[in-house]
Amino acid sequence: MATSCYSGNAADHLYSPPVLLLEAALVSMDRLAVRQIYDHSGLSPLSFCEQVIAPALSVIGEKWDRGDLSLSHVYMSGRVCEEFMEQVLGGRSDCVDERRRVALAVLEDYHLLGKRLVGFVLKGAGVPYLDYGTVSAQELVRRVQRDGVRVLLISALMLPSALKVREVRDALDRLGVECRIVVGGAPFRLDPALHREVGADLSCDTASQVLLALGQLREGES
Amino acid sequence: MTSMERVLTTLSHREPDRVPLFLLLSLHGARELGLTIEKYFSRAEHVVQGQLRMLERYGHDCIYTFFHASLEAEAWGGCTIFREDGPPNAGPPPVTADAIASLTPPRVEDVPCLRRVLEAQRALRQAVGEAVPVIGVVMSPFSLPVMQLGFDHYLDLMFDRPDLMQRLMELNGAFCADWANAQLAAGAHAICYFDPLASPKLIDPLLYRRYGAPAAQKAMAAISGPTATHLASGPCLPVVDDLAASGTMMVGVGGEEELAAVKNACRGRLTVLGNLNGVEMRSWDEGATLAAVKGAIDAAAPGGGFILSDQHGEIPWQVPEATLRLIGEAAREFGSYTGTGGRD
Repeated sequence: MATSCYSGNAADHLYSPPVLLLEAALVSMDRLAVRQIYDHSGLSPLSFCEQVIAPALSVIGEKWDRGDLSLSHVYMSGRVCEEFMEQVLGGRSDCVDERRRVALAVLEDYHLLGKRLVGFVLKGAGVPYLDYGTVSAQELVRRVQRDGVRVLLISALMLPSALKVREVRDALDRLGVECRIVVGGAPFRLDPALHREVGADLSCDTASQVLLALGQLREGES
Repeated sequence: MTSMERVLTTLSHREPDRVPLFLLLSLHGARELGLTIEKYFSRAEHVVQGQLRMLERYGHDCIYTFFHASLEAEAWGGCTIFREDGPPNAGPPPVTADAIASLTPPRVEDVPCLRRVLEAQRALRQAVGEAVPVIGVVMSPFSLPVMQLGFDHYLDLMFDRPDLMQRLMELNGAFCADWANAQLAAGAHAICYFDPLASPKLIDPLLYRRYGAPAAQKAMAAISGPTATHLASGPCLPVVDDLAASGTMMVGVGGEEELAAVKNACRGRLTVLGNLNGVEMRSWDEGATLAAVKGAIDAAAPGGGFILSDQHGEIPWQVPEATLRLIGEAAREFGSYTGTGGRD
């Protein structure tokens, strides 16, 4: 399902033993096991992110989508991965792709769980991003233009926030800003046609699908 | 049958004259009166007029006295952000984990926005008497912290600070019962207990059983009237037994599960409320509307124990009046139990 935008197709790794072990460790919040799986992998931290963490989070996201796991599992898995990344990388990311600046935002809403879940996935995969937090549509457009954002990720919990994406799309188009928009959240899950209605390029049903979306957009650019 | 008779019959798992229809329209009264949503909710009399006019227009079977969820966040020190085209939203979370140890529940009578709801309930009950059920709403002790703390901080609390988690459930449970009982005293016939976090889509059922189910059982026992649990679009099958054990009479369900399977799991124990997709409803044409209503009725109406409604507990502002009218007509046409020898 998910595709790493840095090292080919993470789906290749989805059913490798370290991925399955990590998935089990994350769902049971076994931090020690996470560390052991990393130590035994022989991989560099960033290779471990790409080949093990990102696919494991993808599997967990798919299981949530199918109803086999709960959002609380997804959240804690992401949190454990974030803590692990902090330990092994000290919060730095060596994998900076300046060709395509990514930003993450929530439109006029203080429900931030979805944004945080996407943040976990991006950090787990070593993808740098700008965190805009909660912003208005106008402010979001201003920042996207200022920062030269190429891919804008918007998380929405409520329908009015989801519909606000249309304002962002139209304003960016009027300004001639080339920026792809990827959306996710409950309204887009409930109505699969909604993302096209608001002018988004892609919609993600789970936070982990954001890597697949970034991969698709990258392929479209090349 | 009156709406009340229809609803009571289906709640007792028998077939009334037709499937009851609950159009849970919290916002549309504002459009009805030509007011902004903020202005509409600023006075109880607006909500009273709005609900009564919609009852007359659509011929559905309840009065819904839900204003907006952020009222309860306001009661705990938060604020409400109003929009022109959707439900008022809770502002930044007002409670921190560290404050829980010294937190005390608000008193219903001290919170102006809650008093407005009670005022509306009194007037609505006076207007409809025993003919139409008046539905009040509370947030569950288990789900309220999403607005109190923010969902991520709440999950952190649940995993990292079980002592504070327990205390918050006690504080919220006390407030929930007081708020529900105040609404029943004001005129509500029943309480809708919103508990989206009871759904396994959001919270691991093991965690729900540790915190949410005990909180629900305690709250239900303290609420002096009938209750219906609403999962706000969430699936329910893995926790149906827990819901039935809580003492609730009804479950409001989403669309991710087959409605017939939900009905089978609930049969004889819980009335099923649902599950029209409110987000898609915005763009339904006549064919889609009729198909959705007929599909839900065919799946869940036989034997009673089913109320047709939306899946979230609130119909979006963007849903056109024509669609709502058509839903009402379709529910009456397809939902008739009479003349068919019953739907079994």
